[in-house]
Amino acid sequence: MSFRPAWLLLLLSAAVLYGAEPAQLGPEELARAARIDSMTIPTPGELFAALQKPGKPNWTSAYRPPIPTSYKDRAQIALNLGGLIADGFIAVEAQDSQQVKNIGSDVIKLAKALGVSQNVLSRGNSINDFAETNQWDSLQEELEATQNEVKNSMQSHSDQDLVILVSIGGWIRGTQVVSGSVAANYDERTARLLRQPALVNFIHAKLNDISPELRNDPLVKSVNERLSTLEKLVALPAGKTPSPDDVKKVNDVTTELMQEIQHKTHGQ
Amino acid sequence: MKRCFARGQGLPKLRFGLGGIMAACVIFLGSTALADTDAEVNARKNALDVAGAFTNDGFKLRDGHWCGTVKPQDQALIAVNLFAGNQYWFAVGTPDPGRKVAVNVYNESGKLVTTQHYEAGEQAAAGFSPSDSGQYFVAVNLESGDPTNFCLIYSYK
Repeated sequence: MSFRPAWLLLLLSAAVLYGAEPAQLGPEELARAARIDSMTIPTPGELFAALQKPGKPNWTSAYRPPIPTSYKDRAQIALNLGGLIADGFIAVEAQDSQQVKNIGSDVIKLAKALGVSQNVLSRGNSINDFAETNQWDSLQEELEATQNEVKNSMQSHSDQDLVILVSIGGWIRGTQVVSGSVAANYDERTARLLRQPALVNFIHAKLNDISPELRNDPLVKSVNERLSTLEKLVALPAGKTPSPDDVKKVNDVTTELMQEIQHKTHGQ
Repeated sequence: MKRCFARGQGLPKLRFGLGGIMAACVIFLGSTALADTDAEVNARKNALDVAGAFTNDGFKLRDGHWCGTVKPQDQALIAVNLFAGNQYWFAVGTPDPGRKVAVNVYNESGKLVTTQHYEAGEQAAAGFSPSDSGQYFVAVNLESGDPTNFCLIYSYK
C-alpha cells in the first residue's frame, strides 16, 4: 500500500467519530484494560521527548560516569541494564555517537552476563552502525528493540521475573534525569511530567508479583520500599503541579536509588 | 474534551519515504518470530503500514505492540501512559480485508478524548496531543462481522 493523494485526502477529511463507541467508560471497564510492559510503560525516549518541548536541556550534564559491568547478582544486572538503556536515550538526545557506542557496548556486556540470545548481541552491532552514521531516530528504535529483545530472551530462559526489573531500572534513571533537569530550572509545564500515578502503581504491582526469592533479594527489597515513597510523590491529583520541593524530593529518592542500584556490593 | 494538535500542529504529512519503510521493515522483520500466528503477523503488518507513514514526520515508532482478538460491537482496551507535550498516533491493523476497525482514546477518568481519526477498513489510526500527563486507555473497536485478530502499535514525537 502507498499513501497516494486520494488516501491523504481521505485522512485529512476523516475527522469521523466511528460507530457506536461509548463516550464514557466505567471504572470496571478501565480496571479490566490490558496492561503490558511493552505498551503500558513508556520508554525513556518518550519522557525525554516531552522534557525538551519547552527548550532543549543540557543533555551532556545528565551523563553519569561508566558503571561496573561485572555484577554477579542477576537482579542487579537487570536493573542496571534498564538504567543503561535510559543512558543510551540520553546520549541519543545529546547526539553523541561515541557515548552511544560506549553505552551500547556496556549494554551488551550486561546482556551477556544474563546469558541472553545471539539476537541481542547482534543489536550491539546495529547500535554501533547507527551511531557511526548519526541515525538518531533509528537509534531510539534500536535501543528499545534491544531492551525488548533482552526481555524476550529472559522470558524464554524462565527469567520472566527479571523483565520488570529492566523496566524499573529504565524508569528510575529516566525519572532521575527529568527531575534533575526540572529541579535545576523549575518550570510548571515540565514539572507536570513527573505526575505518573498509574505508571508507578503498575510497576509496583508487577514488582509485588515476582517470586518471593527475588522479592527478598536485598536490592530488590530496597527498590520496592523506595518505590512506595516515590509513588506518594508522583501520585498527584489531575491538574496539580509538583512544587519545586516535590521535584527535589523525587530527584533525591531516584538519585539514591540509582546509587544503590549501581553500587557493586549486592551479591558480589 | 481535548483537541488534537491544538497548538497549530497540523496532521503529519503522510508519505512513505525510504526511512519510514526501512524502519517499519526492520521492526516488522525483527518481530515476526515473536508473533504467534500468521493472522497476528498480517495484522501487525497492516498496523505498521499506517504507522510507518508518520515516521517521515518525525514520529518514532514504539517497538512494542499489542495483539489480540476483538468482537463486533465490542472493544479491546489497553492502558498506556502518555506525556503532555508529546504527539501520539495509535495505529491498528487486522488481517481481514474489508473489516471495519476504529481506534478511540479515553482519559484516565474514562472520558472519550477527541482525536484525529483515520479509518480505511482493516486499518485505522487515532492521533492526539495530551494536555495532561498520565494514564490513557486506547480502545480498538470492530463494527460488524466475525471476531477478528488485531494488532495495535503507537508512535510519538
